[in-house]
Amino acid sequence: MTKFFATTALALALALPANAAQVAVGDTLADNQELSFWILDAIKSLDPQKNTDKTGSYVLAQLFEGLMNEDAKGAMVPGAAESYEVSEDGLTYTFKLRDAKWSNGDPVTAGDFVYSWQRAVNPETASEYAWFMELMNIVNATAVVKGEMTPDQLGVKAVDDKTFQVTLSTPTPYFIKTLSHTTTFPVNQKVIEELGDNWTQPGNLVGNGAYTLQSHNLGVNAVVAKNDNYWDAANTIITQVDFITVNDQNVALTRYEAGELDWFNRLPAGQYPRLAEQYPDQASTSPQACSYAYIFNLSDKGPEALKDLRVRQALSLAMDRDVVVDRILQGGQKPAYYWTHWAIEGFEAPEIAMASMTQPERIEQAKALLAEAGYGPDNPLAITVQYNTSEDHKKIAVAAQQFWRGIGVNATLNNVEWKVHTDRLQNQDFEVARYAWCGDYNEASTFLDWFRTDGYNSGKWSNAEFDKLLADSKTSDNAADLYKQAEQILADEVPFVPVYHYANAQIVNADLRGVPYENVMENWYAKDMYRVAE
Amino acid sequence: MFGYILRRLAVAIPTLLLLIIFSFLLMHAAPGGPFTGERALPPQVLANLEAKYGLDDPLLVQLWNYLKDVVLHFDFGPSFVYPDRSVNQLIADGFPVTLTYGLLSFVLAALVGIALGSVAAIRQNSWLDYLAVGISIGAQVLPNFVMAPILVLVLTLWMGWLPGGGWSFTDPSYWVMPVIALGTSYMASVARITRSSMLEVLGSNHIRTARAKGMPESRVIIRHALKPALLPVISYLGPVFVSMITGSVVIDIYFSTGGIGRAFVDSALNRDYAVMMGVTILIGALTILFNLVVDILYAWIDPKIRY
Repeated sequence: MTKFFATTALALALALPANAAQVAVGDTLADNQELSFWILDAIKSLDPQKNTDKTGSYVLAQLFEGLMNEDAKGAMVPGAAESYEVSEDGLTYTFKLRDAKWSNGDPVTAGDFVYSWQRAVNPETASEYAWFMELMNIVNATAVVKGEMTPDQLGVKAVDDKTFQVTLSTPTPYFIKTLSHTTTFPVNQKVIEELGDNWTQPGNLVGNGAYTLQSHNLGVNAVVAKNDNYWDAANTIITQVDFITVNDQNVALTRYEAGELDWFNRLPAGQYPRLAEQYPDQASTSPQACSYAYIFNLSDKGPEALKDLRVRQALSLAMDRDVVVDRILQGGQKPAYYWTHWAIEGFEAPEIAMASMTQPERIEQAKALLAEAGYGPDNPLAITVQYNTSEDHKKIAVAAQQFWRGIGVNATLNNVEWKVHTDRLQNQDFEVARYAWCGDYNEASTFLDWFRTDGYNSGKWSNAEFDKLLADSKTSDNAADLYKQAEQILADEVPFVPVYHYANAQIVNADLRGVPYENVMENWYAKDMYRVAE
Repeated sequence: MFGYILRRLAVAIPTLLLLIIFSFLLMHAAPGGPFTGERALPPQVLANLEAKYGLDDPLLVQLWNYLKDVVLHFDFGPSFVYPDRSVNQLIADGFPVTLTYGLLSFVLAALVGIALGSVAAIRQNSWLDYLAVGISIGAQVLPNFVMAPILVLVLTLWMGWLPGGGWSFTDPSYWVMPVIALGTSYMASVARITRSSMLEVLGSNHIRTARAKGMPESRVIIRHALKPALLPVISYLGPVFVSMITGSVVIDIYFSTGGIGRAFVDSALNRDYAVMMGVTILIGALTILFNLVVDILYAWIDPKIRY
């Protein structure tokens, strides 16, 4: 890590203006600046340190503001921090907080961030996302979570009211990118200590975001309205956001068409082509940082056959990704030949031989490989494919079964409910299992770390060279090249069958501006949007 | 009669206790737990969660603590999946919703069903009969998960009359579709049961006697035929009542009502042990209660039954 990095990072942060709704020349604002956004499920928690899912994150990003926000393309822009400095060794980050207030009028201070980050790792909080602070490599995070140290020993401190300092245990190139995650959002100590678990109720909740919580009807909707105490309230145009739960996606589409929703971002599979034709100015598809795969169980509990590289290669070759994306999903997804999502910032994919072959060529090669491995019509390979309950997973599994039958493999499909599926994955109690991974931040290591020997890695594949590349990437000036090499190892070793990279087929009211279609992390801020008069 | 009710209530307590114990053990026997997900939590994070919710105790200790909280404090514990809320709060939020639309559907199903069935029986083989039977068969074969999206399509998108989902206690326009979607198939069953039972009663001796006495037909039907004809309807409606007021997962999903039916199924899928136990106990207690109510109604309607 060099001075060069420190100064460029600082300059970058200073050069970027904080985001706000920037009305384009020629746009006339509509009278109605309310927005209704679809969410799939009830909001599990409005406590930033206890939130565990995307649904909660959508709402929390309006109610609270972390040190950094994301812009329409997913780049990090100043949020509660107006600038930061990185020490030469890359281990100390010093944030200068802007003058901002909580929704109750109190000033937002560095002490609030210290309290919140300590709260995230405090065993008493029992945050499911305490590991996020470990991922950020904050000094002593793991020891505090384990209860071996007290929360005040976490590597965070308030230098003064407006200066917040974080110390890392190892240089972490992606550190800044973790700062828009809800786990890092500040919370108000006074309110939490006074109200306990009830602090997230409407009327109680105090945030530092552009909106405040008006009402929350669990499983029905949550309404947030403009916060006049927000530091940039003068430039906030959307006055209210209604997060409406609709559990069934087909009903959600009907309700969108009936004008009850302005933004529905998970069109049911197969619906996109029709909608793109019918509503060309509303339906769109944009990349989403998740990849879909079949994982091979390479642990001792896994089947012998899959330990043969040729068998794994054959299964991957036979998977006709084009059929999956073009015939089944039809929502702008892309065939996957590697693990990291193609749209991740700064990621350069290696040249994968298979990607340039035609499907008949792949099948031919797959058959040859299987024959070499000793499987054929007299001795067919039999595998069990496990997937969790979902129409889409089922369709893809049935297709996979057919593709594999084409090379003489008998795949038995095993449908189990989600909890059973994940339980078996974590206990290596499967042969081949459907899996998808969504990035925690916009950098390739969030994907590649999965396959590290000590990563989540349900299939227990292990490769020392791969581990070393990822370890080196933390301090390298050219991490992209190391990630590329790591992907090449995955492509050579085939511990999984990459199937497709996610895309978000969505439909958005034509008068809404500022929708961050290009942000693969799908983080958005209503304060950056506005509606135009039609 | 009073002694009988007391006896039944006394039996209810061990019944509920057994229900709690069996559900508790079955639930913990299911693979996975509230915190298993696509990423395995680091052991230290999982340990903190389990310590917070007491899941690190031996199973029987957990059961004992749970029973103590429920019996002594009427506290059903915290939800594991909705950490901001307790089970008591979740039930207090969701149950009034399902109670409202469930009760209304029940009334709809009972009144319309009995009326349709009676008319069909009284005018047997007339066009009225065919119409009533036609309606009830139509309502029966259209399951609510088909009817719900059709209702939204027609009444919300095409007609623009009703909100396509959501819930409000103050605005009845939110109640209409859940009530229709939930009530129709029950209404059809009530109509069919009423019709066949009414036909049987109308052919019986005491009706012939009443008619022979020259009693007006309306009185014959209302005073002498309807009451006995309702006995099988009541024994059908008793358990149906409980399942209607505790909600339907289909209604809750399609209309996003925030009701307890969806919460119950979700809690099972999420392994949200405390919520699942809370709703199980609620449904169990209501079932026991309304079985008793049905038995009391029986005695009131049928003079032959005495406890």
